[in-house]
Amino acid sequence: MKITIANLKKGQRALIKEITSEIIPLKLLEMGCLPGNEVELIQTAPFQCPMYLTINGSHLAIRREMAAQIEVEII
Amino acid sequence: MAKQIKVSLIGNPNTGKTSVFNLLTGLNQQVGNYPGITVEKKEGICKLPRGVKAHILDLPGTYSLNASSLDENVVIEILLNKKDKDFPDVAVVVSDVENLKRNLLLFTQIKDLEIPTILVINMADRMRSSGISLDIPLLEKELNTKIALISARKNQGIDELKKLIVAYGSLSTKPCVNALTFAPEYFNRLQKAFPKQSLYKLWLVITQDVNFRKVDKKKSSITPDFEIKSESELKRFQQKETIKRYQFINGVLKKGLIIDEKAATGMRARLDRVLTHKFWGYFIFFAILLFIFQAIYDWSSYPMDLIDEGFAWLSEVTKSGLPSGPFVDLITEGIIPGLGGIVIFIPQIAFLFLFISILEESGYMSRVVFLMDRVMRRFGLSGKSVVPLVSGTACAIPAVMATRNIENWKERLITILVVPFTTCSARLPVYLIIISLVIPNEKVGWIFSYQSLTLMLLYFLGFGTAVGSAWILNKILKIKSKTYFVIEMPGYKLPLLKNVVINVIEKTKAFVLGAGKIILAISIVLWVLASFGPNDKFSNAAQIVTEKYTNLSGEELDQKIASHKLEYSFIGYAGKAIEPIVAPLGYDWKIGIGIISSFAAREVFVGTLATIYSVGSDEEETIKNRMKAEVNTVTGGPLFNLASGISLLLFYAFAMQCMSTLAIVKRETNSWKWPMAQLIFMSGLAYGIALIVYQVLK
Ligand SMILES: Nc1nc2c(ncn2[C@@H]2O[C@H](COP(=O)(O)OP(=O)(O)O)[C@@H](O)[C@H]2O)c(=O)[nH]1
Repeated sequence: MKITIANLKKGQRALIKEITSEIIPLKLLEMGCLPGNEVELIQTAPFQCPMYLTINGSHLAIRREMAAQIEVEII
Repeated sequence: MAKQIKVSLIGNPNTGKTSVFNLLTGLNQQVGNYPGITVEKKEGICKLPRGVKAHILDLPGTYSLNASSLDENVVIEILLNKKDKDFPDVAVVVSDVENLKRNLLLFTQIKDLEIPTILVINMADRMRSSGISLDIPLLEKELNTKIALISARKNQGIDELKKLIVAYGSLSTKPCVNALTFAPEYFNRLQKAFPKQSLYKLWLVITQDVNFRKVDKKKSSITPDFEIKSESELKRFQQKETIKRYQFINGVLKKGLIIDEKAATGMRARLDRVLTHKFWGYFIFFAILLFIFQAIYDWSSYPMDLIDEGFAWLSEVTKSGLPSGPFVDLITEGIIPGLGGIVIFIPQIAFLFLFISILEESGYMSRVVFLMDRVMRRFGLSGKSVVPLVSGTACAIPAVMATRNIENWKERLITILVVPFTTCSARLPVYLIIISLVIPNEKVGWIFSYQSLTLMLLYFLGFGTAVGSAWILNKILKIKSKTYFVIEMPGYKLPLLKNVVINVIEKTKAFVLGAGKIILAISIVLWVLASFGPNDKFSNAAQIVTEKYTNLSGEELDQKIASHKLEYSFIGYAGKAIEPIVAPLGYDWKIGIGIISSFAAREVFVGTLATIYSVGSDEEETIKNRMKAEVNTVTGGPLFNLASGISLLLFYAFAMQCMSTLAIVKRETNSWKWPMAQLIFMSGLAYGIALIVYQVLK
């Protein structure tokens, strides 16, 4: 099974693998969501959505559906 | 006059760009709009060393030059067009030392346009607590620029920045990143075709009109061969660009920036644990909301009472101090009460903007968006709709504009459509006066009174209707749009007093001037319509009334004459004409006129009644007492009773009565369809509900 950001637990860190999906908006990439960069899950709102992350040192929140499109490798 | 240096301030949101702008210009600033669009344009003048002056333009905050919104597009249009009168001599890119990596992305893009560029690294005061150290000379060399390390909060480093601006001529315009590396094949062809031009600039010209506004086609007509084939190709190129830029930035920062994690204090993490907590987060948010509403009503009631009395007094003094005549009447009976109706808003609006700007400045607003997103999505809204809905309690106009950062078009449209249901401050005077007329002033329990509970209910009703209609719209509207949602969670900051004060002054001023013009115009028109009549029933009023009521004399007679005159004036006839329509709601023709005139702007209602009643009687009392004395000619009871009062409250709660909102919705949705739908739906709903309520309660 593919592991994505949506699978992370609070406080867990991971490295972003390939970004292939068309639906990832450019803005997210520009905020540092690029292959090889580190993400950490800081907090989720109730029902696990949205997810509050640190990516490449930037703090941001995205919805679960999008998080589920970003493949990662847990470290 | 010596030539001014044209400076553009550019930067990611939350980097302190506004603070730097405020420091450079002080109150020497002006807020307007870019021609034809509603994007806010802020500019100001700054005095530099050696008697030089700079014209500072604060461009909208943007994450990159690949625009994804109208605001961001403005930035590109200005920077790409050398002939634009706002084209800068020097670009000042503001960055935040704690987010330098991300902020440099935009910097490298600006630099690649070959415009002289200064890099401002702001928030220098935070370096110690986050364990950051910088090698400025090295960074200057690697980035080929001059750097001003400043703290807008501590007011440090601004003078150095000013010196750099004066010496902008010596800045290098060498680009940072070679665009050839984004897509070698494509860019090679481009370079062969236009050997003299900056590649990155060409690239932006080609790609930007893929976006929103119809930019001059002329610009891109030079490049039919270089059309980007598909959206996914464009995206691939832009993705590549982003990666290349980050590679460059990482290389630079590896040498120039050191972060000692151990020295970081972790304040932010501790606050986040509480403020975004699954229970405490919501608890705190609602507590804050409650506090804000309480504060707005309690604190602003004192200045409001003063203003109310002040205007009554002013009117009286003017009247007794000046010789009587139609012109003086216009001032004392038309203009002064009309103005009073607008000035009375100032305390509440100022308080509301005070709180909103504190919440935004502190970084807390993003946490609210985070907390509320899931809930709001149930109703077809977004977490980002919370800010517009909360701002909507001040005024729908800034609220509609605040929807701009909702990326998803459907969610944004729904937010725009339902925002006018929230109880804006223009409804307040109507609510306050009617509540005080028809709801008993008794306490329930210790703290609450029936009156304040009614007000609170009206607020909930506004929110409820907004959210409910959003739910319905979400089901009806068939709009496919990409759902995506990215929000930056900025660090927590103590709000800067200067920013807050400037913001409150600007927003209040804009409201008062904007609405004030309409209200003034309407009060003059109303006064004229009420002071002249079409036939001799008006001009011979004194004679007719004296003959009819031979037993009356003095004051009573005067009053009868005045109200007879009003009845047969132009406005009286207009009111009579619509009376059959509003009578089933429990209103008479005077209220009818109030409603008609407030289709331009709700707040006119109280002013209109004030004008009408002060035309109708000579007594100089405050508006409320005048309204209390009104009699329903059909029933003989007071005109404002529970049934008609509630009906009127609900009418105002639902009706779309604000031309400015309709105009802004038209601009933001780029079609008349949506504002018209709003007008018809909301007003229809208002009429229906007011009708039912009056018929049931009466
Ligand atoms: N600690 C610190 N905070 C700052 C500084 N400059 C601005 N801020 C804060 O950063 C936040 C964002 O500032 P603002 O000027 O609104 O940023 P903008 O979104 O880029 O216009 C506000 O809370 C400011 O008070 C600074 O030099 N040091």
